[in-house]
Amino acid sequence: MAQARPAKGRRETPVPDAHTLERMLYYLKLTREAEVRIDQVLYRQGKIVGGVYVGRGQEAIGVGSSIQLMQGDIVLPSHRDFSSFLIRGFTLREIFCNWMGRANGPTRGRDNTLHIGDIKRGVIPIISHLGDTCPVACGVAMVLKRRGNGNVALVHFGEGTTSRGDVHEAMNMAAVMKLPVIFICNNNAYAYSTPTEKQYAVKDLAVRGAAYGMPGVKVDGNDVLAVYSIVGEAIARARTGGGPSFVECKTFRMTGHSAHDAAEYVPEQLFTQWKKKDPIPRLEKALLAKKILGAKRIKELEEEIKQQIDDAVAYAEASPLPDSATCTEGVYCSDQCWWSNPPAE
Amino acid sequence: MPLLTYLEAIRQGIWEEMERDPSVFLLGEDIGAYGGAFKVTAGMLERFGEERVIDTPICESAIVGAAVGAALMGMRPVAEMQFMDFISCGFDQIVNMAAKIHYRWGAAVPLVVRGPSGAGVHGGPFHSQSNEMWFVHTPGLKVVAPATAYDAKGLIKASIRDNNPVIFFEHKFLYRRIKEEVPSEEYVVPLGKAVIRREGTDIAVITYSAMVWTALEAADVLARDGVSLEVVDLRTLLPYDEQCVLASVRKCSKVILLHEDTMIGGMAGELAAVIAGKAFEGLDGPIVRVTAPDTPVPFSPPLEARFLPSVEKVVEAARQLASY
Repeated sequence: MAQARPAKGRRETPVPDAHTLERMLYYLKLTREAEVRIDQVLYRQGKIVGGVYVGRGQEAIGVGSSIQLMQGDIVLPSHRDFSSFLIRGFTLREIFCNWMGRANGPTRGRDNTLHIGDIKRGVIPIISHLGDTCPVACGVAMVLKRRGNGNVALVHFGEGTTSRGDVHEAMNMAAVMKLPVIFICNNNAYAYSTPTEKQYAVKDLAVRGAAYGMPGVKVDGNDVLAVYSIVGEAIARARTGGGPSFVECKTFRMTGHSAHDAAEYVPEQLFTQWKKKDPIPRLEKALLAKKILGAKRIKELEEEIKQQIDDAVAYAEASPLPDSATCTEGVYCSDQCWWSNPPAE
Repeated sequence: MPLLTYLEAIRQGIWEEMERDPSVFLLGEDIGAYGGAFKVTAGMLERFGEERVIDTPICESAIVGAAVGAALMGMRPVAEMQFMDFISCGFDQIVNMAAKIHYRWGAAVPLVVRGPSGAGVHGGPFHSQSNEMWFVHTPGLKVVAPATAYDAKGLIKASIRDNNPVIFFEHKFLYRRIKEEVPSEEYVVPLGKAVIRREGTDIAVITYSAMVWTALEAADVLARDGVSLEVVDLRTLLPYDEQCVLASVRKCSKVILLHEDTMIGGMAGELAAVIAGKAFEGLDGPIVRVTAPDTPVPFSPPLEARFLPSVEKVVEAARQLASY
């Protein structure tokens, strides 16, 4: 991993190198394909029970943000930021095991979807009460600031979540204390079935940054390079003691709220319009045009992705479900902690 | 041994832990230069500095949430609620975020949320509640409610060292009314252990926090009538010391469950179920509850006095039970 802590006052717009660009395309495609497998195959086969939430169409936000994190940084992704988990080092096998409630998933069957975390890998998961991770990010950032290594916390949430008090409390606290937090709003136009005009009365949420005394910037959330650049500026600012920023990424949820939701309340033309702005072909075309990647290499990446997903699904399906007797384990952290003893496979 | 008030004992306990462990820090409203609404943290800013004694905006949810984030990063935050009544504003972060993290993904969340609770100082409905049961019903939390200065110090130290979220209910009526000799040498009082405050043979009174003193006074009164009360101080409500409770009940054969909290859904109901289930054959009379009535805490002195369980109410209940 790269070294944290750039020189004080540096605030240039970050530009990704060719290797990073290839990784971005890889993670965009991996995220898309993995989520398609989850909501269009495994869920329909009854292999995933419970709610299924994906981030189709908005993958560029997680990729363009998390790809620039360094060792010691912490990300608190939303439920639609699958890519952040991959970039921070969760394996597809782990993630599919969790989706399928297996004993060897990161939560050992205790929690579902992307509610998976690991401080060592710098990921703190959401709870279903969206917005609760914003204050948690402040506490993380208090510690990062005190350690003085130039590390930052990124916290993602949807535009619906911005109506919650926890987001307000956290943005105010972060600004008052000049904490190294980047508040990233994945504005995907719908909170379950609620459109933005029923959620808030401003044109752009980005204006709220000023109300807290922090920069508020909006960005095309379907342009991974733009996300990289704008979030990168906010990260650079936070690393050098400039405090928090608010970034509103405009995007669109190309699915229903969850796999059971057909999204009939969304006008069809919105899907058509936003399909044209799909972040994956956009980056792919740009990389081909600039000859950063060739069609052959892209094909290789796609094959690799398919194989990885096949492997992870097979692994998860072959993995055991939890022993029901473990239901009562691990409520408290104790000296004989159940979590420190891996379950038998 | 130095004489310390209940409040000073808490301050000393926190102070010692901050001296001992640099990962301990405080956050809350008006806790720095002002020293806290009740002055529990007086002098700490001067000693430990702004990085470890953090004044926050008015935002209980962000205070608790930030404590969770810091705890996940290896710190041991102690968050003050100016009054425990206001903990409702941080409720979600406690019961949904802090309490469930270890069970969900195995990370330790060593934090303490502490503050003044309880009535008797004419604080009215929003500065007087005994709301401990909101948290006793949440697996993953520990809930502590000391009655003595010795315990207040030993328990706050144990709470800070514990690797789980601990909700620490101080009783504001006791802050300056209780004064005891407290050892200056190092000690902790383990969480989850009750203590027999007074040995007796006829009726076990199971209680905690300020009502321990009410029970002890009642025991003095009843001793003159030849009725012997045993007073059990739970000290920790979650996880509570079931063994101690059952042993005391079996020894006395009769039991009064006493608390300042209201009746329905109170600790007494939970204990009654456990006693009836596990010590039924040891009972020689009905399980009796003495609690506040199921109302908000009223403000005006006669109303508040009527609300609070008193020595007289305990004595009356004990006389009836003794003659059963």
